[in-house]
Amino acid sequence: MPKDKSILGAGLDRRRFLQVAGASLAAPALATLPAGVARADDVVNLTFWAWTPGTQDVVNMFEKKYPNIKVNLQNVGQGAPHYVKLRDAIKAGTGLPDVAQMEFNSIPSFKALKALADMGTSGANDVKDKFVDWTWKAASDGDKVYGIPWDSGPMGLLYRKDVFDDNKLTVPETWDEFADAALQLAKNKPGTFLTDFGAADAGWIAAVLWQKGWRPFHVDGTNIHIQLNDPIAKEWAGYWQKLIDAKAVDTAPVWTTEWFAGLDSGKYASWITAAWGPTLMTSSMKASVGKWRAAPMPQYKKGDKIDSNWGGSNFSAFTTSPHLKEATLFATFMGGDPDAGRFWNTKEFLFPVQKALIEDKELMGTKYDFYGGQAVNEVFAAAENQVDVGFEFAPFQDYVNTQIQDELAASIGGKGTLADAFDRVQDTVVSYANDQGYTVV
Amino acid sequence: MADIAATGSAVAKRRRRRIIVNKRVAPYVFLAPFIILFVVFLIVPLLYAFDLSVYKSTLVGGTRFVWFDNYKRAFTDANFWSGIVLLIKFSLMQIPVMLGLSLLFALILDSGTVYAKSFFRVSFFIPYAVPAVIATLLWGYMYGPAYGPFAQLATAIGWPKPDFFNDQTILPSIANIATWEYMGYNMIIYYAALQAIPTDLEEASLMDGAGAFTYALRIKLPMIVPTIIVTIIFSIIGSLQLFSEPYLLINLARNVINSHFTPNLYAYTLAFTGQQYNYSAAISFVLGGVVAVISYVFMLFANRGVSR
Repeated sequence: MPKDKSILGAGLDRRRFLQVAGASLAAPALATLPAGVARADDVVNLTFWAWTPGTQDVVNMFEKKYPNIKVNLQNVGQGAPHYVKLRDAIKAGTGLPDVAQMEFNSIPSFKALKALADMGTSGANDVKDKFVDWTWKAASDGDKVYGIPWDSGPMGLLYRKDVFDDNKLTVPETWDEFADAALQLAKNKPGTFLTDFGAADAGWIAAVLWQKGWRPFHVDGTNIHIQLNDPIAKEWAGYWQKLIDAKAVDTAPVWTTEWFAGLDSGKYASWITAAWGPTLMTSSMKASVGKWRAAPMPQYKKGDKIDSNWGGSNFSAFTTSPHLKEATLFATFMGGDPDAGRFWNTKEFLFPVQKALIEDKELMGTKYDFYGGQAVNEVFAAAENQVDVGFEFAPFQDYVNTQIQDELAASIGGKGTLADAFDRVQDTVVSYANDQGYTVV
Repeated sequence: MADIAATGSAVAKRRRRRIIVNKRVAPYVFLAPFIILFVVFLIVPLLYAFDLSVYKSTLVGGTRFVWFDNYKRAFTDANFWSGIVLLIKFSLMQIPVMLGLSLLFALILDSGTVYAKSFFRVSFFIPYAVPAVIATLLWGYMYGPAYGPFAQLATAIGWPKPDFFNDQTILPSIANIATWEYMGYNMIIYYAALQAIPTDLEEASLMDGAGAFTYALRIKLPMIVPTIIVTIIFSIIGSLQLFSEPYLLINLARNVINSHFTPNLYAYTLAFTGQQYNYSAAISFVLGGVVAVISYVFMLFANRGVSR
């Protein structure tokens, strides 16, 4: 002990020295913080719910930059179970995280529950111009900001080059060619399918129907227009019904271990999916990495360029959060920081929502090992420009999704045709909307 | 001396009296841990759920008091009653098989002709210690149509792959999981009841020339009938509340399990994806009522049978 004292000088013990040293080190960090954010000596804790792989890495980037905000990342489930837990917490009035992953199609539902905080009051509008216009508009209402965009989900056709080559299939440009290829593959190699009809995911159903021009909902105040079983849906149902009846596509439930294994083994030669598809594929598939390629979504008329969007998320804060300012700072970093955006794109296949990144030629030319060196961003960037962003989701989309999944599954299980399923969904959704106090017009 | 002794006994008396007062309170003190938990985790939630069930909250228009509207709706809700019908079918299929096996194994273990008795007792019981969620995930994997062990075995020996997830097989598939989980538990209950039968009865029946089989059938079985009735009641209650198994299998068998497959699954969907907490609470109460009625009717028949 005396030795220590002699080094530090008289009257200054080690503890005191460390206090002074610590404070002087913290000072520069404080200076870089925007005004109004809590000081370093009272650390703010944020809870954040998300399921996208790799999120912890970006949270670490954030914590490194803002050491006085600690973020506790929790994965409470992918998709539906995540929203169930959010609803649960909203009803309970306690237990909501400060920030959560919120897909574009869920924003209207949680807005209807008055659960989403307006981050516009905490300065979120400052970063507005960084984002692709439609993504920003989809998550906000004028100056009210209910979500900071994370990624978007332009659709494409992901296919197995090896399986296509082995069976002499050409990449279908239209849905007719797609059907021909499906029939051909099923004939050539029984037990393999061009694709699996993903009726167990209503988000997928909506995305594929979106491309065909299906616009099931329009909300105007408390009036709601519901048209789920229009001729577009019926025609679309007929198309897939034919392929199912011919056993040219499989109808196994999607997102199961078996299904991922099917994609990996070549049982399914393609998957019509969004740009973010591989982020979930790479975490459960090994063998087929490098054999995948991306092509534009098949069209209804040769030469058309119409695409749609599936998923894509936002960072949303909740009204219950006592730290809206920090939550906003966190959300704007996670969605708007260029390095974060680069990470999401290059490591997790998320298609960027920042204008600067989409204009970045080098990033758009990134070659992915998963796609055997293909620069897929170019494919999805073209798709992104072909999305009609006017598609509206219901303010009770989870309910609609459950009905679609129940009824399509029932049809596949033998209860009528897919087209009948849409009639049944229309009936239940209309009566639900009435029951919830909407005026169905 | 006598004085001192008298004072001493008076003190003792007073002490005893104080103990008597305490004795009156004592049971409640001992019961307190149970009563507190019972009130906090059962009575209060029940009251809360009942309170929920007489209101209606909607996305547009807020919350209003609707008396028993939600109950009226439940009574004519096809989604709810189809779940009840399904579970009655399920119970008729699963409970006899499960309890039959439990009884068989309990009798075998009790007959004293088995080696490594405690090993078998424990290994039959172990599945009960596995949470239903884990058990379902385990069986879900084994039922897998492409990569499950049954499918692979069938492929290896050139048989067609079994399909555990079509509308014919889904109930037996779930029944199998439930049987695997609870067979050992019921077996232990029967075994304990069998062990309680006095051994002189066995000697007496031997004297009368009864073999082991006759002894089991004519003496042991009738003696544990009350236990069997209790396990049947428990199984009925458990079956009608089936939730975890279909909830977890729904992703694997979407074509045959829907969001209102069982009443509890329906209540769950209503509350947590449909935002209909009030109606969901009413459904839960009606389900409780159905369980009570079915159990009561069964007791009525069982008692009549026993007294006859």
